[in-house]
Amino acid sequence: MSAVSGSVSTAVSHAFADSATMLRRQLRHMLRYPTLILTAAGVPVVFLLLFVYVLGGILGTGLGGPSGGRDAYVNYVVPGVILMTVATAAQGTAISVAIDMTEGIVARFRTMAIARVSVLTGHVLGSLIQTLLSIAAVIGVALLVGFEPTADFGEWLGAIGVLVMIILALTWLSVALAMVAKSVATASNMLTPLMILPMMGSGFVPTDSMPAGLKWFADYQPFTPFIETLRGLLMGTPIGNSAILATGWCALISLGGYLWAKKLYNREPTK
Amino acid sequence: MTTDLGQPAVAATAVRKAYGDHVVLDGIDLDIPAGSVFALLGPNGAGKTTVVQILSTLIRADAGEMRVVGQDVVRDPDAVRAAIGVTGQFSAVDSFLTGQENLLLMADLNRLPRAERRQRSKDLLARFDLEDAARKPAATYSGGMRRRLDLAMTLVGQPRVIFLDEPTTGLDPRSRRTMWEIIRRLVTDEGVTIFLTTQYLEEADQLADRIAVLHQGKLVAEGSPEELKRQFGGGHITLRFADPRGYDHAARTLDVVSRNDEACTLRVPSQGDVRSLRALLDWLDHASLTVDELQVHTPDLDDVFFALTGNPVMEQEPAR
Repeated sequence: MSAVSGSVSTAVSHAFADSATMLRRQLRHMLRYPTLILTAAGVPVVFLLLFVYVLGGILGTGLGGPSGGRDAYVNYVVPGVILMTVATAAQGTAISVAIDMTEGIVARFRTMAIARVSVLTGHVLGSLIQTLLSIAAVIGVALLVGFEPTADFGEWLGAIGVLVMIILALTWLSVALAMVAKSVATASNMLTPLMILPMMGSGFVPTDSMPAGLKWFADYQPFTPFIETLRGLLMGTPIGNSAILATGWCALISLGGYLWAKKLYNREPTK
Repeated sequence: MTTDLGQPAVAATAVRKAYGDHVVLDGIDLDIPAGSVFALLGPNGAGKTTVVQILSTLIRADAGEMRVVGQDVVRDPDAVRAAIGVTGQFSAVDSFLTGQENLLLMADLNRLPRAERRQRSKDLLARFDLEDAARKPAATYSGGMRRRLDLAMTLVGQPRVIFLDEPTTGLDPRSRRTMWEIIRRLVTDEGVTIFLTTQYLEEADQLADRIAVLHQGKLVAEGSPEELKRQFGGGHITLRFADPRGYDHAARTLDVVSRNDEACTLRVPSQGDVRSLRALLDWLDHASLTVDELQVHTPDLDDVFFALTGNPVMEQEPAR
């Protein structure tokens, strides 16, 4: 009995140690190629600037708030851009997992006595850190262009918590999708819809302004409760049942993505 | 985990593997003594890599009993993984990391005591002549350097059985010789068992204590290089006669493998030993035949391969 629990606790401590090692590997990659973070932050920043300066004047007035205009739109659009950052970073994760799977190094890991899922856990934790850094960069730019969050300390913590939850969900999903893809290019393409979803939700304009069919989709897809929860925490808008929906979606996507990724990783290489 | 010396490093019986209708392995038996070098020889696509993948727990066989260092490959893969090292055909290094970081990664994953990790990686960098490149990303390494780093990473965990899947494929002749030297030293200095696959007959001849030839899913021959050459070798002596009369006489009298009437040359079988050579010379003397040129072709593994599979090595590349 004690031998069994002993071997279980050894296995658990090995899983932690191996995941930590694999995380260090990812962080080294990141330090060697910091452009990855800049790329993940760059696309959303460009969108932020485009939407605020090109479209923001009109869109802000269309929001119908008391102030209107560009200033109101910055505060509206930032949560959507943050979600777009998460999606862009998830695409980066998919590419890096796909590269790993095509290299011999994973075959080496598979023939070593290490916790099997640690390769994937390392990727997910590395992506989590990388995505949070990218989001920090995006928020930095947003503050420069007039973003004025109303959140207090507790709400900031809440927002970070929600983001961690969303990042973990989308990252596990992208890891699984990357392993379904047979090539790096396919992996990258498979994640593209994820970048469109914030736009087809409440990220850039309220869903009320959309045609009926699209509004229905926008109201029920997971990005809308993600964005509404984040917006509520940062800007003090009503959250309603968004937080519960967001948590549910995250739990579902995380668990599904994790189990799927694990199954795909344990599948025999076909070659 | 103590191992008695009599226990084979790798033992397998009736291993089968098919992908759909395509039977890759059709009942393979292996018995490899600890501390020896075993070479699995076969052309591209013969299934050599499949054997390595099965024994190294990467894929499962459809049937068969397999043990590596006494541990069951199917029932206790982690015990097998802890005792083996695999260096594949496509080098398994992390191109984004430096040589040193790759070795430290292996040291961490092998859970070496903390104090030993740096020392072990330093020793291996020195041993594999990678000190100058230690801080450069592996992506910048040449083919030979990558293979050396790859093997160094395999050695971090001090495996008792090392699988080398075509370790020198694609290397230039000089890097190949370096690699052979490294492999030889592994066996003599550390007493590890080496399971080598190769399509190069010379490589098997150079390194292996025992060779098995894999052809169409079966091991069609097994033995030491010398045994195989003796058994299947097509060693021969080529004689070029000065005149057609002598050529005709010899062609009628001797046991001839092949003849070329225009060039007046005959091939007679020989294992390349002095006794049979002397007998042949005596016979020529006795018959007063003039031979302009004599060439002794000692049997090599090319002959063995040809005799066993009916094809020169490089010409058979069956579809996968």
